[in-house]
Amino acid sequence: MKTKALILSALMGTALMAGAAQSKTFVYCSEGSPEGFDPALYTAGTTFDASSRQVYNRLVEFKRGTTTIAPALAESWSVSDDGLEYTFKLRKGVKFHSTDFFTPTRDFNADDVVFSFKRQLDKNHPWHEYTAGTSWEYFNGMSMPSLLKDVVKVDDYTVKFILTRPEAPMIANLAMDFASILSKEYADKLAAAGKKEDLNQKPVGTGPFKFVAYQKDAVIRYKANENYWKGKAAIDDLIFAITPDASVRHQRLKANECQLNPYPNPADLEAIRKDPDLKLMEQEGLNVGYLAYNTLMPPFDNVKVRKALNMAINKQAILDAVFQGAGKIAKNPIPPTIWSYNDEIKDDPYDPVAARKMLEEAGVKGLKMKIWAMPVQRPYNPNARRMAELIQADFKKVGVDAEIVSYEWGEYLKRSKAKDRDGAVLLGWTGDNGDPDNFLAVLLGCDAVGGSNRAQWCNKEFDDLIKKAKVISDMGERTKLYKQAQVVFKREAPWATIAHSVVFKAMRKNVKNFKIDPFGGHVFYGVDIE
Amino acid sequence: MFFYLLRRLGLLIPTFFGVTIAAFSFIRLLPGDPVLLMAGERGLTPERHAALMRQFGFDRPLWQQFLDYVGGILQGDLGNSLVTKNPVLQEFFALFPATLELSLAAIVFASVLGVTAGVIAAVRRGSWFDQTVMGTALVGYSMPIFWWGLLLIILFSGILGWTPVSGRMSLMYFFPEVTGFMLIDSLLSGQDGAFISALSHLILPTIVLGTIPLAVVARQTRSAMLEVLGEDYVRTARAKGLAPARIIGIHALRNALVPVITTIGLQVGVLLGGAILTETIFSWPGIGKWMVDSIFRRDYPAVQGGLLLIAAIVMTVNLLVDLLYGLVNPKIRHTGG
Repeated sequence: MKTKALILSALMGTALMAGAAQSKTFVYCSEGSPEGFDPALYTAGTTFDASSRQVYNRLVEFKRGTTTIAPALAESWSVSDDGLEYTFKLRKGVKFHSTDFFTPTRDFNADDVVFSFKRQLDKNHPWHEYTAGTSWEYFNGMSMPSLLKDVVKVDDYTVKFILTRPEAPMIANLAMDFASILSKEYADKLAAAGKKEDLNQKPVGTGPFKFVAYQKDAVIRYKANENYWKGKAAIDDLIFAITPDASVRHQRLKANECQLNPYPNPADLEAIRKDPDLKLMEQEGLNVGYLAYNTLMPPFDNVKVRKALNMAINKQAILDAVFQGAGKIAKNPIPPTIWSYNDEIKDDPYDPVAARKMLEEAGVKGLKMKIWAMPVQRPYNPNARRMAELIQADFKKVGVDAEIVSYEWGEYLKRSKAKDRDGAVLLGWTGDNGDPDNFLAVLLGCDAVGGSNRAQWCNKEFDDLIKKAKVISDMGERTKLYKQAQVVFKREAPWATIAHSVVFKAMRKNVKNFKIDPFGGHVFYGVDIE
Repeated sequence: MFFYLLRRLGLLIPTFFGVTIAAFSFIRLLPGDPVLLMAGERGLTPERHAALMRQFGFDRPLWQQFLDYVGGILQGDLGNSLVTKNPVLQEFFALFPATLELSLAAIVFASVLGVTAGVIAAVRRGSWFDQTVMGTALVGYSMPIFWWGLLLIILFSGILGWTPVSGRMSLMYFFPEVTGFMLIDSLLSGQDGAFISALSHLILPTIVLGTIPLAVVARQTRSAMLEVLGEDYVRTARAKGLAPARIIGIHALRNALVPVITTIGLQVGVLLGGAILTETIFSWPGIGKWMVDSIFRRDYPAVQGGLLLIAAIVMTVNLLVDLLYGLVNPKIRHTGG
């Protein structure tokens, strides 16, 4: 009897140990707290990391680590000849998460898709304003209300999107975070219980990880979704340890309190490279930092003046001083990670002597101007003030007197849009959907003058090219048009393109298969730990 | 005593009203508005900007917004955060226990160590101990919290590996919050080692947050003790042949404590200020960090509500300190007059 008990307990012990050894926990030292868990309400990457990128899926998704679109909850799609109707065939047998607060009774279907979009599109939808000040910021930011006429269920596994105009980046838009698919059944249950706001607190999706708990500003816990339609994740428990300070994240990584630090300090990079327990990955970010002249105001309406000033800027010096090596010189308005990037274009050479001569030829003497420096750190510009000072010194060498001005961030964004703005503005952009249109039309299109086109630059040749590229769906054709548009941009020089940042990810050596997301996100499906 | 209390409570009302106005106007005096910041580089059309401002109620005249706000306060409603959409009260009290636990630990640390060191320094005036304490206090008082915190982390967590780097609890423990105080909740959870983990996470932040109050308390205790030790009644006590420990511990210290308690009470405001930095370094999920984030996002309801609640807490503590005097020193018992 005694032996039997012993053997039994030994067996149980082994079983427990085996269980413990198999359970893999991955701790991510995230840089901030999510604003909520309904990705359609927000625009911040930190929020997407905690919601859409782990918990939800979309109809189509970017292949991990690329800007290429792949089928996800939609298995296939077709576009009508006039480009106005997109029909999606949905994947069957996809399960929503079973958690301690919700158990689904049916699989994912067309109702969920219609719900997820109609709540953003239809002002009379019962979920259109489900918490105080619901604003669907990204849906609006991508002009979806004017683009999308309706989303219609054809049958349980077919959905049709009807557009008001042909638009090639439409599919890329549907891969964005705001297009995440939520469970209508869960929403109905919350509405019946009078707890609508829980949709933004306790997410239920179809994604690789199930939400377990969020302890505000401290920890978010997830468990692998054992029924995930692509197969269960390699890690069992995913934990976000919220750690706002970069130096502390570095210490936590070293102490193995977490396995990945998304934003290491430039100052710690050398130490990370040397540490035998750590490794570093790097890639150009999906962004561009620029100096936009006001092309409506003399003398900046003269292309010669803009070209001359571009040649006066010592970009390498800026990269060294401001980016501390974590940047690459930008020659085009789109980053090299985006398809259609025109690598044949030559950047304006740094040549102060020639620049001064060009200014004289343009009849500009004793030019006084303003340089606007942003008051905040952004990925495409870690220190705008310092950058402005360097440019000021460069301009001085060619006889241009520049004064640096700055405003509070909200004011800065607002005032820099004005058509009669005095001076050149330092700003930048981080891509949303990996489509060139998302840079070229938003930042340089004629429609964006007085808005996000800070150079107030409207060039017919350029605008025709990007407008044409927007409505045709043939990728090869589009690529040609965008490459040509970049040539026009370089010739006309509405901006001085300054830099693309380089993003670094520091992690423990035993982290396997992590891929840097060109959109700046952090996706943990596919990541393993040894 | 009763009337004194009433009068003090009566004084709180105008103060509180003043804080309400200040909280309401300060955040609105800052340039920029929450809608602009939400949109970022993407920007938004003037129509959409106006629509959102209307949705949040920011398009109405200021006095109307203020009346609504005060009306809400009277009903115990501080509004919802613009960012998380949660009620501000819920947000605040989800985070406040963490700040309170840390502040209490820091104030206990500063008081116990500060009073002890101050007394010894006063008794042994001019000795090497006195000079070391005063020198250290000066350094401690001038210590930049951020740098000090990082230094301790690098030394004790990074190099020596004695304490965890940051957070309130090892991530391997997971239990529901009952009180919000990690030391208590970890005991309630009944999980092995959870309490030790909570305690070890508390050590470094307590030291960092407690450093400045410690320096202030030590200096204040020393000077108050020196003053009292020179008084006639202490000399009399000595002449009577009382034991030195009794003279210092009972006759002198009790009188010296009055200004010390005031100092400790005033440190509550300092602690809340220090908590902002300490919480950021140690990834401590408290209200300090939350307030700063809210200010940057121009989250009006969160900033207003947070300021108001913090002010209420500081005022309450000050009132308690005033009442404490009477307990320590019978000469200051508050009578009806």
